[in-house]
Amino acid sequence: MRYESPTTTKEAVALLAQEKGQAYVLAGGTDLLVRLRLDTIEPDLMVDIKRIPAMTEIKKTATGFKIGAAISGATLGKNKALLKAWPGVVEATNLIGSDQVQGRCTMAGNLCNASPAADSVPAMIAAGAKAIIVGKKKRTVAVEKIIIGPGQTILEKGEMIEAISLPAAVKNSADAYLRFIPRTEMDIAVVGVAISLKLKRGVIESARVALGAVAPTPLLVKEAAKAIIGTKLDDEALDALAAACSSACNPIDDKRGTIEYRRRVAGVLAKRTAKIAYERAGGK
Amino acid sequence: MAGVHVTTTINSDPVEYVCPADESLMDVLRDRLGLMGVKEGCGTGDCGACSITLDGQLVCSCLVLGAEAEGRAITTVEGMADGQNLHPLQEQFINNAALQCGICTPGFLIAAKALLDENSDPTETEIRYALAGNLCRCTGYDKIVKAVQAAAKDLRK
Repeated sequence: MRYESPTTTKEAVALLAQEKGQAYVLAGGTDLLVRLRLDTIEPDLMVDIKRIPAMTEIKKTATGFKIGAAISGATLGKNKALLKAWPGVVEATNLIGSDQVQGRCTMAGNLCNASPAADSVPAMIAAGAKAIIVGKKKRTVAVEKIIIGPGQTILEKGEMIEAISLPAAVKNSADAYLRFIPRTEMDIAVVGVAISLKLKRGVIESARVALGAVAPTPLLVKEAAKAIIGTKLDDEALDALAAACSSACNPIDDKRGTIEYRRRVAGVLAKRTAKIAYERAGGK
Repeated sequence: MAGVHVTTTINSDPVEYVCPADESLMDVLRDRLGLMGVKEGCGTGDCGACSITLDGQLVCSCLVLGAEAEGRAITTVEGMADGQNLHPLQEQFINNAALQCGICTPGFLIAAKALLDENSDPTETEIRYALAGNLCRCTGYDKIVKAVQAAAKDLRK
């Protein structure tokens, strides 16, 4: 295996394009280096992106935020502007692993690893995040369109994510993420729910609801958003939200939870998540 | 496999080594540099026994490549004491008998120091969350938490 640590995106893309064997992008390495260790991958080339300035900064732009692909969870959690604008995205990312893992893990890596249970992905989807993909040409793709199956993404050979973009925070809007795990820390989501919403005089004007760990890919559930739009999140709206989330689930039975259990928890968790987002947005 | 030549700083000392591109920093520290305070528990980032700081950031050295350390600053448990004087955390781990077999101890010390560097007066809950990435299979954590609280108190004096 060769190790390269380019200092520009252009160089990184060229390295990936030129490699005839198996090439991998190394961001935090909290998934990749485990796979290397377990011999489930045999890379010919690893391209470390942590020395590329564009990938190691959080930029506040006119249209929102641009979060470099190599930004760790720990760095993300210390960014006050981001925490204020997208608390749900930050808290979801900060739920990944231990403090040691937080020192390395990235949102872009979480997305590319494409686990159905990835914590940051539903939060990014609810927030309307987009992945800025570089390769032969640059393209920007909504996060919900990136993962197509467990461990599978739309990224083609020679492509990589340069940054995640988040829209600017709008007044009277907020997001939240909750996951259910049987322990209090260091576990993989049984169900994850992310909701972002915008209020107008206390009424939900727009919303996005995303679920994790209940289907082969994280889901954007439009029916669930419809259930709360135009409401003040009364009990009836909450019940409709829960029903829409439960019926959108297509989970597996495993040691973490049965199909029935996951469906039920998705509804319960969605209600709780919506209440947090609503309150954060200034709703009473 | 061609080796990667790395120049870095470990516990404030300049260090150079050559390692295969796919070798973990944990293996470099232990097997090439003899820093045996870095322990291998799981090798997959779950147990925290190989905890170090990299440019001040707490990480598992098993989940870092040796090649990545170029130009960075590393701290291991070997760099915690000041000559013959143990760090207050080390003192309090001894006073509180916060270890049995000792395999997890260097990782706990490094992680606890990272916590106290950021938060000089953590609550018990904060300590337990901050140390959730470190596994101990002997003591059951209570003594470790007490040792960290006592050390935090010492450090605030």
